[in-house]
Amino acid sequence: MNIYLLASLLLFPLLFSCEVLGPAEPEDYELLDGPVEDLTMAEIKRFIEGDVAFNDQIFTVETGLGPIFTGTSCVSCHAGDGKGHPFVKFTRFGQSFPGVNNYLNQGGPQLQNKAIPGYEPEILPSGAPHSSLVAPIVTGLGFLDAVSDQDIIDMSDPDDLDGDGISGRVHWNTRPDYVSDRPGTITLDGKYISRFGKKARVYDLLHQTADAYNQDIGITSYFEPYDTYSGDKLNPEIDRQTISDVVFYLKTLKAPIPRDQDNPDVIAGKALFQNIQCASCHKPTLETGYSPIEAISFKEFHPYTDLLLHDMGPELDDGYTEGYAYSNEWRTAPLWGIGLSKDSQGGQYYLLHDGRARSIEEAILYHGGEAENSKNMYQGLDQNEKSQLLKFIESL
Amino acid sequence: MKTFTLKYLKINLIILGTFCFSSTFSQENEELITNKNNEKAELNMDAVFNRPTLGFDKIPVTLGGYLEANTMYRIEEGITEGLSFQARRLTIFMAASISDRIKFLTEIEFEDGGKEVAIEFAALDVAFHPLFNFRGGIVMNPIGAFNENHDGPKWEFVERPDVSVNMLAATQSNAGFGAYGKTYSGNWIFGYEAYLTNGFNSKIISNEQDKTYLPAYKEGEDIFEDNFSGKAMFSGKLAIKNRNIGEIGLSYMGGVYNKFEDDDEEVEDKARVDVLAIDWNTTIRATGTYIVGEAAWVWVQTPDTYTQQYGNKQQGVFMDIVQPAYKRKIFEWEDATFNLAVRFDYVDWNVGKFTETNTNIGDQIIAITPALSFRPTPKTVFRINYRYEWQKDILNNPAEKAATWYLGFSSYF
Ligand code: HEC
Ligand code: HEC
Repeated sequence: MNIYLLASLLLFPLLFSCEVLGPAEPEDYELLDGPVEDLTMAEIKRFIEGDVAFNDQIFTVETGLGPIFTGTSCVSCHAGDGKGHPFVKFTRFGQSFPGVNNYLNQGGPQLQNKAIPGYEPEILPSGAPHSSLVAPIVTGLGFLDAVSDQDIIDMSDPDDLDGDGISGRVHWNTRPDYVSDRPGTITLDGKYISRFGKKARVYDLLHQTADAYNQDIGITSYFEPYDTYSGDKLNPEIDRQTISDVVFYLKTLKAPIPRDQDNPDVIAGKALFQNIQCASCHKPTLETGYSPIEAISFKEFHPYTDLLLHDMGPELDDGYTEGYAYSNEWRTAPLWGIGLSKDSQGGQYYLLHDGRARSIEEAILYHGGEAENSKNMYQGLDQNEKSQLLKFIESL
Repeated sequence: MKTFTLKYLKINLIILGTFCFSSTFSQENEELITNKNNEKAELNMDAVFNRPTLGFDKIPVTLGGYLEANTMYRIEEGITEGLSFQARRLTIFMAASISDRIKFLTEIEFEDGGKEVAIEFAALDVAFHPLFNFRGGIVMNPIGAFNENHDGPKWEFVERPDVSVNMLAATQSNAGFGAYGKTYSGNWIFGYEAYLTNGFNSKIISNEQDKTYLPAYKEGEDIFEDNFSGKAMFSGKLAIKNRNIGEIGLSYMGGVYNKFEDDDEEVEDKARVDVLAIDWNTTIRATGTYIVGEAAWVWVQTPDTYTQQYGNKQQGVFMDIVQPAYKRKIFEWEDATFNLAVRFDYVDWNVGKFTETNTNIGDQIIAITPALSFRPTPKTVFRINYRYEWQKDILNNPAEKAATWYLGFSSYF
């Protein structure tokens, strides 16, 4: 009998597959989160502080949530640092032309459509131009942040001088006073190159982070002290150190690691991606300039974006815009990590700015405007080539 | 998805496995599983007084308690924080027979090395009639099987059931009063409990778990002194038992949980929480197999304009199957017993679909825990558990897997 006992004890865990001790660790390339390689120990500590604030700090009524808001924490919209689920997508409204938002006194630009008990959320004013936005992946942002202004200008071709039908505009925009210059900052008529957000409205990661706490969660800070509900200047509900740690975290999140790069279909797909002009906007390789964080200073990386605004045609024109972009313009979406986006969107794809495309192919077919040619070339591919191209994109 | 169904298959295998072992070790002793009490005229709800150290017959004041400690090794998605040692809780009971019909019992729990001290129970009982006893003070809300019967030494598992402690709020007690009673007829026993107590508070829908979470009410201030909503909560239970078949209990608690009025002014719409639970326990005579479990449902009203992060409906279940496997004299212990056991846990904290996408909301856990326990005497249990769990985030992304080994003991003193 003792033998049965012993056997059964050993048998139970064995029945759970060969993982006797516990589930195996996923490979690095299966996950988006994690720091860039070669951080110093001090930098890793800071990364972890930011990680905790980004991923574990849930705001409640008592800690300052709202009163009107769109999400309860960074992680509620950026799960696993990946793309967000449409259940937390939000709407911005009130501006249809470059310049100013006429609805700032009616709650614009962001619609805080949720409220803690006892409060009324904002309602979209009827007739207001608007777009809804699904949260993008937030990995590798330190690399994008460290691309020099000059490099971005060099990629642009606002008047399509090379005649390939693809222009690409720098978003010259105003910026809040609390951000500071990057090395080699270039200005034009008092405006700066902004690069984050789907309309490239946002100057840098501090701007993005302070804005997100304020607009998305209803948290006031030293940087953004105005309460979205009352419009009053309030005490900070989060300290500067935490914001700075989160910015550091975002800067040092590793770039997504591509998978299956030796697969012949993926290799063929990569060539097609180049041939049919996808790479003219989704630039495979960029370089960083100087960064005080050694691990991201002067590095080559592969985001598949040019950080520029492109006219994407009428289908993707919601009639809403931000800063000095036109309503038909969107910043080229980085394609890195796209193959893992299902892991943070509940096992499904919700692509493009508002999540309307339910597959990679559908996302391509929505392309128009400057990408019209490229899309047509895609449609001209045979079935095998199409699947090679899609496989390649999924491998990113 | 594919791997998920595969895992279910494996779960089935395990359960099947347990039954196979059961038949091998049939006709083993029942007496030594302390959390079975079929022979006596006792119901699950009698557990507060059904503790080995407490005897009311002789001495006016008695003292007792239990201690639980364990080591734990957890591997989450391949990553472990290493081995940890936990002295989970030390609980002390003190009881006094004030007169024939009046008794007092209190249960004080020290958790986390004394950082948390909680009065779990402190009530005066007055017996007027078997069918009518008064109880007042800090009473345990009679919900499900576990809340009133939570002593560590009674269970073969180091962890408490997920549904009982992570969906329901065991151990849940509140200031209040009410009545309980019992009656017998042949093999049948029937009992009831009914209390009015303080209720929940708004923490249940605004907390760091980022989900509707009843246990969060404990983080509220002055919960034993203040009734957050200003409305009493009702909790009650009906239980019926046949000495040959087993016991089944039906329990309910509910009330308004938010502070809808402040200074006599209405500041929020009234919002209710309602909880329903069914619990059962039985011993299969032929094999001595003891089965206990509970299923529970929670409904919480939230404003439509709040976030779906906090669900309106929850459900969960746990079931333990305990098979005495081997009994003999070991050292001086006459009836030392080995038990094989398995627990199944399931909780869905957010039942429903996202309005944006009409897809299922995740936020659920499934776990299976095979266990081996050794009871040198009924009062003391040494246990080895292996818990394997699949947890899905709210977005219904692929489940995260974790395995935990436990080695621990729990003993009355
Ligand atoms: C309610 C959902 C939501 C919450 C909460 C939220 N975000 Fe976002 N996030 C978004 C959306 C949607 C965008 C795209 C916004 C845009 O295009 O302007 C975005 C964009 C970003 C970007 C820019 C990425 C890029 O590639 O340009 C960063 C960085 C970011 N969020 C960080 C944060 C941080 C830090 C927090 C917590 C303080 C946070 N987010 C909270 C939804 C959310
Ligand atoms: C003119 C520039 C341009 C060209 C050419 C272009 N794209 Fe895009 N692409 C964009 C922009 C801008 C977006 C973001 C649009 C939006 O969010 O609505 C985008 C979005 C996408 C997305 C969705 C990304 C996401 O995260 O949701 C995919 C996939 C994609 N492009 C693939 C391709 C492929 C494949 C090609 C070649 C056939 C291509 N693109 C050509 C500019 C371009």
